[in-house]
Amino acid sequence: MKTIFEPTKGMLPVDTSYCPGCSHGVAHRIIMEVLEERGDLGNTIGVVPIGCSINAHHFMNIDMCESTHGRAPAIASGIRRVQPDKVVFTYQGDGDLASIGAGEIIHAAHRGEKFTTFFINNGIYGMTGGQMAPTTLIGQKATTCVDGRTVEQAGMPLKMCEIISQIDCAVFVERVILNNPANIRKAKAVVKKALEIQDARLGFTFIEFLSACPTNWGLTPKDALHFVENDMAAYYPVKNFKCPEGF
Amino acid sequence: MSKVLMKGNEAFAEAAIRGGCKCYFGYPITPQNEVPEYMSHELPKAGGAFIQAESELAAINMAYGAAAAGGRVFISTSSPGLALMQEGIGFICSCEVPLVAMNVSRGGPGVGGIQPGQADYFQVTRGGYNGDCRIPVFAPANIQESVDLIYECFDIAEKYRNPVIIFADGMLGQMMEPVELPPKKEIASAEQIAKEKPWAITGTDHHEGRNVVYSLRLQPDVLESHVNHMFEKYAEAEKELVRYKTQKLDDAEIVFVAFGTMSRICAEAIEILEEKGVKAGLIRPISLWPFPKAAFDEIGPKTKVVISTELSMGQMIEDVKMAAAGRWPVKLINRTGGIVPSSIEVAERALKALEEVKA
Repeated sequence: MKTIFEPTKGMLPVDTSYCPGCSHGVAHRIIMEVLEERGDLGNTIGVVPIGCSINAHHFMNIDMCESTHGRAPAIASGIRRVQPDKVVFTYQGDGDLASIGAGEIIHAAHRGEKFTTFFINNGIYGMTGGQMAPTTLIGQKATTCVDGRTVEQAGMPLKMCEIISQIDCAVFVERVILNNPANIRKAKAVVKKALEIQDARLGFTFIEFLSACPTNWGLTPKDALHFVENDMAAYYPVKNFKCPEGF
Repeated sequence: MSKVLMKGNEAFAEAAIRGGCKCYFGYPITPQNEVPEYMSHELPKAGGAFIQAESELAAINMAYGAAAAGGRVFISTSSPGLALMQEGIGFICSCEVPLVAMNVSRGGPGVGGIQPGQADYFQVTRGGYNGDCRIPVFAPANIQESVDLIYECFDIAEKYRNPVIIFADGMLGQMMEPVELPPKKEIASAEQIAKEKPWAITGTDHHEGRNVVYSLRLQPDVLESHVNHMFEKYAEAEKELVRYKTQKLDDAEIVFVAFGTMSRICAEAIEILEEKGVKAGLIRPISLWPFPKAAFDEIGPKTKVVISTELSMGQMIEDVKMAAAGRWPVKLINRTGGIVPSSIEVAERALKALEEVKA
């Protein structure tokens, strides 16, 4: 019989701990598929955050380390100094990256660190049970803003791609959306491109994935994808912000 | 080998380079600024990497990443900076990653001052991190000893796969002394790292299986057994890493217990007391954890008082009392806030303490 599809060797053959409809599984898979296609699974070091995806190292078939909350970009900066020839990435959620780790991501970008950050923006704290994140939309409900986020109480949601793209040594910044197969394929192509730019050691590379968290949003997986498409993408434009010439 | 005259902070940095340090990460804070300054120009020449971190939080986490990837890592800071690093230090203990950290300490609490202090005794020996862990802590009393300890501590950190702290008060960082520098060790190559540190995250092509450096253990029985494993290492460290020096304990009426700069002042105070006809001795802990309890068994029969002598409101005195175990009255001679007492002041206060216990 002819094999027409195989799961990527980049994912270990285990069930993930993620909820139905969560985007982590999709994001994990496309990153690992790209690494496998590049022949880099044995040559990659990843840093996982605090948040649901701390468990990523149980699923991703590569060398990894856990991070203190928000500090993954500092940790990856250290790894890069000792392992200059490896593919290095951080994988971070929005509480981790845009709240407690806002300083570290800005300065990793500012130094033009030669690693890639995969930023999962689902607008909420998942692991701790649905608290407001810096990226929670105005009006969106969370356990620390049960009537919906207001500007008066919590300010406007942080747009990380827009912030990072202002930094000169961040050379590749793109926001992608994981809402349907076509966009997931596009996101995979963006992952591939970011790693090619990392290979060229041109500077810091950053991808934001607009992602769903049905459990903490109180939506079905299908409605959650509609929320990503209609509400999140309206505030967080899906586009390339920055790309070096020739890529 | 000939000696060179060096400022403490620069000698600390050079000792780390000679110990095979691959990476240094630091954030400016007085009185240790010469360490990152020296590292910024000398470490790259030696084949290593320097980053001026955006904060101590970042510095300790860069250190963790570099060490998890197998590099020899040295960091330095001063008291409030170490407070910022504490979460990372506990995390690194849990992850079993080696690291050599230097605290060139100053007066506190808070921002405090920038003059020498030893009020970080609790911070280095008890930690500010959460959870169960221990850090071997060494307190040198001169620049040569600092250099030798830094050089050696990479091996200790790697043997125990745990951070090690060198605790030098600001005086040692800022003073100059002649020092003999040890020979330069080569920075480990990627092949050596893969061979010598089979646990390091170097990419799965470079070792058997898959390496994950982690701290999270959600199952209580798994976490308990990990902590028990860490404490088996610490039990061995308590046997192996005890270090101290003693002076004139045999017929001393007064026994000072002092480390770092304070121990040098006590050595002078002992001479002053001798001129006044009072015999005094000294226990100088070099390892603060493990605390050298055994040194107290060397105290002679004539001792009337043990005096913990500190640049703090009295922190080490808790360990001194435990080690003394009720055998002698324990008193405190101290200054704090960055004030270093003179040997005359220490001698006078020691005489008063002796009179008090005799009364």
